[in-house]
Amino acid sequence: MGYALNFNLIWRHFDKLWGGLLLSLELAVISIAIGTVIGLVLAVWYVSAGRVVRAIIAAYVEFIRNVPLILLVYLVFYGVPTVVDLAYSAPTSFVLTLSVYSGAYLVEVFRSGLEAVPRGQLDAGKAIGLTPWQRLIHVRLPTMLRITLPALSNTFISLFKDTSIASVISVPELTFGAQWINFNTFRIVEVYLVTTAMYLLTGYILLFGLRLVERRFRAAR
Amino acid sequence: MSDATNASPALLDVRDVSKAFGAVEVLRSVSLQVKRGEVVTVIGPSGSGKTTLLRCVNFLESYDSGSIRIEGKEVGYREAGTRQRRSERDLAAMRAETGMVFQSFNLFPHLTAAGNIMLGLTKVRGKSQAEARQIAEHWLGRVGLAHKADSLPAELSGGQQQRVGIARAVAMEPKILLLDEITSALDPELVGEVLAVVRSLAEDGMTMLMVTHEMAFARDASSRIVFMADGGVSAVGPPKEILAAETSNERLRTFLARFRASHF
Repeated sequence: MGYALNFNLIWRHFDKLWGGLLLSLELAVISIAIGTVIGLVLAVWYVSAGRVVRAIIAAYVEFIRNVPLILLVYLVFYGVPTVVDLAYSAPTSFVLTLSVYSGAYLVEVFRSGLEAVPRGQLDAGKAIGLTPWQRLIHVRLPTMLRITLPALSNTFISLFKDTSIASVISVPELTFGAQWINFNTFRIVEVYLVTTAMYLLTGYILLFGLRLVERRFRAAR
Repeated sequence: MSDATNASPALLDVRDVSKAFGAVEVLRSVSLQVKRGEVVTVIGPSGSGKTTLLRCVNFLESYDSGSIRIEGKEVGYREAGTRQRRSERDLAAMRAETGMVFQSFNLFPHLTAAGNIMLGLTKVRGKSQAEARQIAEHWLGRVGLAHKADSLPAELSGGQQQRVGIARAVAMEPKILLLDEITSALDPELVGEVLAVVRSLAEDGMTMLMVTHEMAFARDASSRIVFMADGGVSAVGPPKEILAAETSNERLRTFLARFRASHF
């Protein structure tokens, strides 16, 4: 018994963790950006579309939400290239997967936000003669954003944590860096303690930033 | 203005408009004319179709048959007797010619009082920001809110919000202003300030079609009063005639009696 904590080896390899964290953030930012575009476009399309389009979008959302992310990652990285003649790196593959994955979650967030915009505001937009496109840009989206910001922040944080899944296809992000140090130093407790602290801290910083944005928007209400 | 192209003397000409929500007929062959400069008030029990009629005039609601013309131009449907809906772009252009003030104000919550007024001016009327700002300030002054130009709706009282709502509508220089129970959501002490604004607009010759439960205001401000019951026009006439207690129209008499009983 008596496991003595020793962080020296962790600090010696800290560049693996630090570089991993930066890559995690990069993966998250790119995927969330693409996912946000997917989510916005599909949500706007959904609320104005007919039954067929709605069913297709709903099927996409249901599929993604009911399959574990890790499986999707395997599927895209190992599965797709064996069927079609496509070659992409592991990070690209992961960004692709997380984008489509986050898109499905964000469709739901944006859709419920769009549907929560009071009808009276849309009527007012119509009444002053705004075209449907103008009503979307100047009335519906600003109100939707205000409504969805809290849910959006939570989804973003959650997606940031999901980047750890990239380690299963050897993308050298934070969790992968932690595994590497573990395999090479066997300081399992130390490395995962430090890694956990890094996720926590980054998550808090992100959340703090997003809450600031929320507060700005709420003040402008 | 466009009198040459105007076959009918009425600015707004509603003819035989009917509409059903499923099995419920909300409008039964409603006809109604409003001349330029007239203030026409629609009264009647709740559920009589007043608000629906108003919302048909700027095509926030479609209708099943009949026609609604403003300066001789069919509002929601293409000309030549077809029941083909206008394109969204055409509808937007038609709606820009009417102004509407809502019971629940419906200000855009993310825009300031001035911003609410400027949106239509810049996006629909194509005015520059500076020009729109000037017009917004002018109308905010008219409704007594010059000092609130940069306040957000949430920072305004109900009466103030509604006055911004009126300013937003009239700043577009509509041919006719539609007022949909604009004081119904207000605390009693705030009703006066809103009605005062409407009265001053009437004095300026603004053509208005309004739905209201403020009978005293209807009596003083209207050129004519339309009494609706069960989706149809039951009586039309000058205020004195319609609001007379000894009217021979039984439905109207019942409505007025009930109204007096609950308000005095």
